Amino acid sequence: MTEEIIIAGFGGQGILSMGKILAYAGMMQSKEVSWFPSYGPEMRGGTANVTVIISDERISSPILNQFDTAIILNQQSMDKFENSVKKGGLLIYDPNGITHHPVRTDIDIYTVDAAYESSRMKSSKVFNMVVLGAFLKLKPLIDPEHMHQGLEKSLPVRHHNMIAENERAIEKGKEIIIPKHLLN
Amino acid sequence: MSKTKDIRLMKGNEAFAEGIIRAGCDGYFGYPITPQSEVLEYLSVQKTKERTGMIVLQAESEIASIHMVYGGAACGKRVVTSSSSPGISLMQEGISFMAGTELPCLLMNVVRGGPGLGTIQPSQSDYFQAVKGGGHGDYKMIVLAPASVQEMYDFAKLGFDLAFKYRIQVMILSDGAIGQMMEKVELDEQIPRLTDAEIIKKYPWATTGKTADRERNIITSLDLNPVKQEIMNRKFQEKFKRVEENEVRFESIHCDDAEYLFVAYGSSARVCEKAMQLGRDKGIKIGLLRPITLFPFPYEEVARLAKQVEGILTVEMSAGQMIEDVRLGANGAVHIEHYGRLGGIIPAPSEVLNVLEENFIKSKVYA
Repeated sequence: MTEEIIIAGFGGQGILSMGKILAYAGMMQSKEVSWFPSYGPEMRGGTANVTVIISDERISSPILNQFDTAIILNQQSMDKFENSVKKGGLLIYDPNGITHHPVRTDIDIYTVDAAYESSRMKSSKVFNMVVLGAFLKLKPLIDPEHMHQGLEKSLPVRHHNMIAENERAIEKGKEIIIPKHLLN
Repeated sequence: MSKTKDIRLMKGNEAFAEGIIRAGCDGYFGYPITPQSEVLEYLSVQKTKERTGMIVLQAESEIASIHMVYGGAACGKRVVTSSSSPGISLMQEGISFMAGTELPCLLMNVVRGGPGLGTIQPSQSDYFQAVKGGGHGDYKMIVLAPASVQEMYDFAKLGFDLAFKYRIQVMILSDGAIGQMMEKVELDEQIPRLTDAEIIKKYPWATTGKTADRERNIITSLDLNPVKQEIMNRKFQEKFKRVEENEVRFESIHCDDAEYLFVAYGSSARVCEKAMQLGRDKGIKIGLLRPITLFPFPYEEVARLAKQVEGILTVEMSAGQMIEDVRLGANGAVHIEHYGRLGGIIPAPSEVLNVLEENFIKSKVYA
């Protein structure tokens, strides 16, 4: 099993943290993992993206141009990465703020209304965990026990009181993900 | 996975910083620059003074950093600095002085695109500077090229060991991609720092304070007597030869049955490993030779493989620097091409495979 993932959106949406939590959880499940961020001018006030690979085997290139899964959280990233999903791959996006929806027919496309859901949960900070939950629903690579350990390892101890809330957000994401064609 | 193992997810820069602490480093002197600022950041929050007694100091510039390293090394201490390309250029005078005085130290360059301020994105365009000199005078450094976060950690200890074994400067030639990415790292036990008494015993050349039973130790690269200066230089050259004979390191993957060969180091080697897999999925027998030491370069292994394969593609994030050493090794035995991206762009695995196919396989039809 090798899963090559790109997560892309605005800086501040928790893109890099989501990738880190996923990678840490993968590591806790004895997988090989890599996390490669965009850094520099792109990150400063603009778009951010991270490539995460989770695999049973040694990971060759942490830097890729084709992905099994793209998790897209703004329009710029949609424009940039829609065509980088491998044929038969998966694209998950939050429709909030998307004006040009993805059009490919050779990949599976799902939406997760994470911005809306996290505001309903009165915590915009768990937005990224709602998205992560949506991903885990379709690709159950990591079991909840190791997700918990991933959160413990990634979050500083002073934020450990928020782990339960993050786990609730992950569960919520699993509930609300829908195929794109069901989107109103 | 045994429970006693300390395994963490770390950035390359953080792994290097943890590596020097655990290898018993006495002092780090540096000045922040992207993409290696996490080294100083990480060391600063580690409270190294309490942990091991290690000094961590942000100097006023890169020039000051390297001369603090010079001073620490003269005392037989395990000292380090790190920077990125423009900062390393500033340090060249100090490095040359350390070569002229045979002082061991560990340096790391997390290479970014140049020339000048260039870009903060990853590059490998400082190969010539690291391998062929950099500063003035006839000298070489041992140059280690990590291709993973684990190697960023491991090479800290290896670098110190080699530096003191040969009284030589060891440069870890990394790049922005390896510095910024996170991977799994397995950490070792803390190695205690040497005590002053141990340093005096192990390193009789160090300036540790004159005692009655020996002459004064003088650290200088200056000798105006050309005869003596030549003797000194010959001694340096013999040392570099010993390094070439004993310290060549490389990794070869699928080279046994390879018909085509990638030669690449650092993050380019990772890209090539993926390209090799994509090629093998299509039935093209590709191997990968990854030099781990860039000086000493694995010339003999290149020579051996050059007789076996039909073509070599070197892949570097530069306009073609390491390819000169690959050509020296192959000595005309095989067709060699270079592929590189410049200015901070990392080539994609499919792109690299395409270039190999274009150069060596599709061209066969017309031959």
